[in-house]
Amino acid sequence: MLATKEDIISKLRQDMIRWEGFRPPVPGTSGDLGLGVLAKSFPNGVFPTGAVHEFISSSPEDTAACGGFISGIVHQLLSNGGACLWISYTRRIYPPALKLFGVDPDQVIFVDVPAQKDVLWVTEEALKCEGVAAVICEIKELSFMESRRLQLAVEKSRVTGFLLRKDVKKINTTACITRWQVRPVRSKLREGMPGVGQPRWQVELQKIRNGKPGSWTVEWKKLSFRTIETLPVLTECRRYA
Amino acid sequence: MPKRFASIWFRHLLTDQKAIREPALKGKAYVFAEPDHGRLLIIAANEEARNFGAIEGMTVADARIVAPDLIVFDAKPGRNIKLLKGLAEWFLRYTPLVQLDPPDGLLLDITGCAHLKGGETAYLKEIVSRLRKIGYDIRPGIADTIGSAWGVARFATAGLIVKEGDHRNALMPLPPSALRLPFDLLIKLRNLGLTRISGFIHMPKSVLRRRFGKDMVLRLQQALGQEPEYLFPIREPVPYHERLVCLDPVRTRPAIEIGLNRLLEDLCKRLYSEGLGIRSAMLSWYRIDGKNGSITIGTNHASNRTQHLFKLFFIKLDNVAPGMGIELFLLDAIHTEPVSDKQSQLWSSRGGAETEEVAELLDRVAGRIGAAQIHRYLPGEHYWPERTAEQHADLRKAPESEWRTDKPRPMQLLDRPEPIEAMALTPDYPPKLFIWRGQQHVIVGADGPERIEREWWLDPGEHRDYYVAEDESGRRYWLFRSGHYSAENNQHWYLHGFFA
Repeated sequence: MLATKEDIISKLRQDMIRWEGFRPPVPGTSGDLGLGVLAKSFPNGVFPTGAVHEFISSSPEDTAACGGFISGIVHQLLSNGGACLWISYTRRIYPPALKLFGVDPDQVIFVDVPAQKDVLWVTEEALKCEGVAAVICEIKELSFMESRRLQLAVEKSRVTGFLLRKDVKKINTTACITRWQVRPVRSKLREGMPGVGQPRWQVELQKIRNGKPGSWTVEWKKLSFRTIETLPVLTECRRYA
Repeated sequence: MPKRFASIWFRHLLTDQKAIREPALKGKAYVFAEPDHGRLLIIAANEEARNFGAIEGMTVADARIVAPDLIVFDAKPGRNIKLLKGLAEWFLRYTPLVQLDPPDGLLLDITGCAHLKGGETAYLKEIVSRLRKIGYDIRPGIADTIGSAWGVARFATAGLIVKEGDHRNALMPLPPSALRLPFDLLIKLRNLGLTRISGFIHMPKSVLRRRFGKDMVLRLQQALGQEPEYLFPIREPVPYHERLVCLDPVRTRPAIEIGLNRLLEDLCKRLYSEGLGIRSAMLSWYRIDGKNGSITIGTNHASNRTQHLFKLFFIKLDNVAPGMGIELFLLDAIHTEPVSDKQSQLWSSRGGAETEEVAELLDRVAGRIGAAQIHRYLPGEHYWPERTAEQHADLRKAPESEWRTDKPRPMQLLDRPEPIEAMALTPDYPPKLFIWRGQQHVIVGADGPERIEREWWLDPGEHRDYYVAEDESGRRYWLFRSGHYSAENNQHWYLHGFFA
């Protein structure tokens, strides 16, 4: 009797996740994007594709770090085929660098929108398009209503969207499924070696629907993410949207 | 099907147009005059002026005697051609083939057009009554040949619509000037007493040629349909072309959308059956007040999908200004190409940017913000950072060389390197600290230098020594020193990018 009750509760939990717009991955495709320990924070332990992710950046250094982290995820998304769009109004991304994160720069279509108001229009159109695997959008301000439109668009088309918000003045509530903050941290080489090591970031998952927020130190090495265990910073994640 | 032509003669083109433009002139006598040998000659007079006796060809001084209140306007050269061009566009709603016939007429090829209005009589009646409502006094003529239609419109007293095959009889009672002959020839004919075409139509060709020259024979044969004569339409007919004539003028957006959809459906059906797709298309509209306009779309891949093309037009539909109402829509497929076979695409794996969905998405984006804003980069065979990625507009072009990954490259690159103040302990060593935008960064780890020479054949200047530098909080920068290290204080250090 007790077992059945637990079964019912877990089934209801699963149902709730589904009703909230999250769909389990299609059987046959591995939902693993090589995120390692980070994946445990996601609902069902799988990185939510077909959703809109929000990245907060306050300085150009952070934007570069976010770009690296996103490219690492997109690298896995693109392995199943599909196109990638990079939409921006002031683009500084340097295409050859994407190759270092496993993304072929010639696979990415860059859309430079001259007016900021068109950025959201282009993003929504791109998110609605089923032939697209990932959409990365650099934007400044995003209201709740605008984010809800984007989220509704991806729930139908199963496109994964990344909103890279630069120079954010005020962090507001959005309908995005996650909120990330990626900052560069000191890289480590072997003891006594001079120079700069592999890219290393403090990845902070500040908000996730149906998941657990957390913070990790992640290094990018040999085209995959590696979580550095030595720095468990769990106290910082107190901000919930 | 035998050819049918209509000639429209605007009897008082200039004065009618003036009266339409300036209703205050109603009831007043006015003329258009142009200077000729030191005097002003009347070239057009309105009805009131003609009642006074002021007619074309009279000098203004003489006309002022018979009509003291005469208003004289300067005739601008080329004005009639301009007016005719506008009217020719207006006539496109009756037939797609319209030719200007200066100085004061139009020629229409109405083969297969008249039945749409219920026969030639009704067709002509509608044209005449509508132009009369606008304010133009016209005389039309319809016949099997251009020459006979021209003559009938200007000189026939009755029977403006000549029945099929009857143009020879219709020409008989007309004066020789109905044959579009030069003035000196007309005088010659009159002096010989040949005042009607019937007087010389039976003469042998050789006789006519010997007496009056070959032009006259040509004109006569053209009028009789024995020599071909061609129309040069103002608009080149496009092979894939659809037109929609609205019964009532269309003013609302939903109605315009319905019209556009119907045109696209018809056009796409034709293109589909021939295996073609649209690369660029133009929608033009004609308003009842004589104004017109057009919008153009372009696609990345040839497409004959109605829905997709409709979306592309939909983005630009705000530019359609219906005003009082639109009565005619034209859709031209300006550029068509064979469409790629969809079946073969099904078998290939999910490609990158080549799939149809992505191409359609980019068409829509290009329609909104312009195709120049969509970029794709291919590896450029240069070391200079600004040239390592080359922009390409073609979405299908494959890279010719590999992307290099052996050297560190920043995630974000500044368009223009920003000057910084940097301090290095030893020459050619990475800096110990630098100040960028008033903030000091102490460098704890650095790689470099990586010297990149400028391509002197492209632009002159100093080489750059690049360093990857990491400051104490882990932020990674791409710095360079321009030129060689020298003892002087003017070191040129720049920040060029940010590493991930």
